Amino acid sequence: MSLMTAHEALDQAVAEEMQRDARVLMFGEGVATKRKHLLDAFGPQRVRNTPLAEGIIAGTAAGAAATGLRPVVDLLFAPFLCFAMDEIVNSAGKLRYMSGGQFSFPMVVVTMTGGGWTVGAQHNHNLEAWFVHSPGLKVVMPSTPEDFKGLMKAAIRDENPVLFFMDMALAFVPGEVPEGEVFVPLGQAAIRREGTEVTLISYAKTVHTCLAAAETLAEQGISAEVIDLRTLKPLDEATILASVRKTGRAVVVHEASRLCGVGAEVTALLSEQAFDALKAPVVRLTGPDAPAPSSYPLEQAFTPQAEAIVQAAAQLVARSPEVAPIW
Amino acid sequence: MHPSRPAPTRLDLLGAMLRIRAYEEKIVAFHERGPFPHVCTSVGQEATAVGVVSALHPDDQILTNHRSAGHLLARGADPGRLLAEVMGRSTGYCKGRSGTLHISAKELGVILTSTIVGGELSLAPGVALSRSLLGGEGIVVCFFGDGAACEGIFHESLNLASVWNLPVLYVCENNQWQAFVHRKETMVGDHIAPWAASYGMDSLTVDGNDAEAVLEAATRAAAQVRATRRPFLLEAWTYRQRGHMEPHDQSYVDPAEIQAWLAKDPIARLEDRLLASGELTRESLEALRAEARAAMEAAADFATASPYPDPSELTAGVYA
Repeated sequence: MSLMTAHEALDQAVAEEMQRDARVLMFGEGVATKRKHLLDAFGPQRVRNTPLAEGIIAGTAAGAAATGLRPVVDLLFAPFLCFAMDEIVNSAGKLRYMSGGQFSFPMVVVTMTGGGWTVGAQHNHNLEAWFVHSPGLKVVMPSTPEDFKGLMKAAIRDENPVLFFMDMALAFVPGEVPEGEVFVPLGQAAIRREGTEVTLISYAKTVHTCLAAAETLAEQGISAEVIDLRTLKPLDEATILASVRKTGRAVVVHEASRLCGVGAEVTALLSEQAFDALKAPVVRLTGPDAPAPSSYPLEQAFTPQAEAIVQAAAQLVARSPEVAPIW
Repeated sequence: MHPSRPAPTRLDLLGAMLRIRAYEEKIVAFHERGPFPHVCTSVGQEATAVGVVSALHPDDQILTNHRSAGHLLARGADPGRLLAEVMGRSTGYCKGRSGTLHISAKELGVILTSTIVGGELSLAPGVALSRSLLGGEGIVVCFFGDGAACEGIFHESLNLASVWNLPVLYVCENNQWQAFVHRKETMVGDHIAPWAASYGMDSLTVDGNDAEAVLEAATRAAAQVRATRRPFLLEAWTYRQRGHMEPHDQSYVDPAEIQAWLAKDPIARLEDRLLASGELTRESLEALRAEARAAMEAAADFATASPYPDPSELTAGVYA
């Protein structure tokens, strides 16, 4: 084991994949400046600075991916993806299908999002659901340095375009990463804590909020299971369903706003496929339908906090006390 | 070294243009007969397609736009498979998934037909980056119109291709019309080519209705891209003879403008030249036209007889 930040883990994954596969390259705004160790190791052909022009960065990645390279592009902050939507959604996401499978788009788009840095709404916007909704794309949003490394390696090796969201609050928080090959397959959620009475379902930094809430709930005598989705598309439906069929209750937590968010999809999944197991309605705790504010207290208020999760889970459990057996 | 093809003769150029015209006329006939999928024809722009594509080598790659039939046919596409794609049949180049607006043909080096105006410009540097890093002498040709040149991505694409020394031959078919808007409403000045200078890029404007002139200019431009591995902008001055899309509608166009450009029809011009030089007779010309029409009848028969994809394939191939 070694201790490293999510940021370092992501870099290590890219470096290892560039070492393993000469077709992997990385470019973006300041990539060669800020990742000088990559530049030193792999040279200016494979580690490139670009103009501040997100559309052509993403389009160049798509063109390169279609013709034999495996680009990783850094688009810095998620709101900047709005400049690159055409290239990501209309080209990278659709052209494999539209070409009848003639071309694949093995590329990774890295971007930062989430509260914690008080950067405000034009640098912080949790847009992951947009890409989950777009056919042909995959979406990951890890919560631990180990997963940043393992999921990045899986994303680079995947034959499809992958959106890789880094929750800014996690970027410089150290965590343990195993030595040697770390690989986390896309589409597999993790059960971060086992429990029997309520399932807390989340991803990125709010996973840690859920874990803190589960501690408090345990002190109150309530057993909470915590699921870290890790990959939002493909969504690990089996793990979600198995957990909620066991506990009968679910609280879905994310920072992105509620309407048509990932939580809506998880809630719909549970109502469609685990209705009989539910002992109480599914509850969503999300960010509001508002741009992310900059002021720190407002930013914290924007993000679901542990107390709210504890309260919601406790209410769900209280709503449906165990029915005593009649024998 | 690269296997170079013999330079096409003037008769080759004419034959290729007649095939493109016959293909588009077949599309128009289908439209006039009844319901038919949406299509944007390239009638009037045949000289650009044939002239530029004839200057290319087999391992060069092409990105193009919604008026791509001429580029694809000039590259050797099978008209039956093209028509089948337009009609959504499973024998089409993209198994009927693309329709007319997004046809790719990997075997011909055609990476993309983009109907997002400028989409081809956004991917072109990446395709050229692959050529640079993975080796080979091929270059990348990107066809776009004056409408796409007014997109921001045009400037981003040229800038990056120039800064990164990418072997892209940008070919602007300035056909005067941007969907339903004349370029005079959207641009200052008449030409796109001068814009290249801002990106440290050489450029050339050519009479896009003269197939021989286009071939000569494109050969020079492509040779420069091959030698320097740097981008080049070629602007072909041409005209979209039909409405933006079928069914045909040019009610919003000044009739004098249409007449002036029809008088410069690229096929008629080369025919006249060949008749004058004695390389063609009226009879041999009629035989060439009949041959092109017969090829398109056969293509139409093939496409019409081809099956539709099975609905069970609806979600196949979204992911690798």
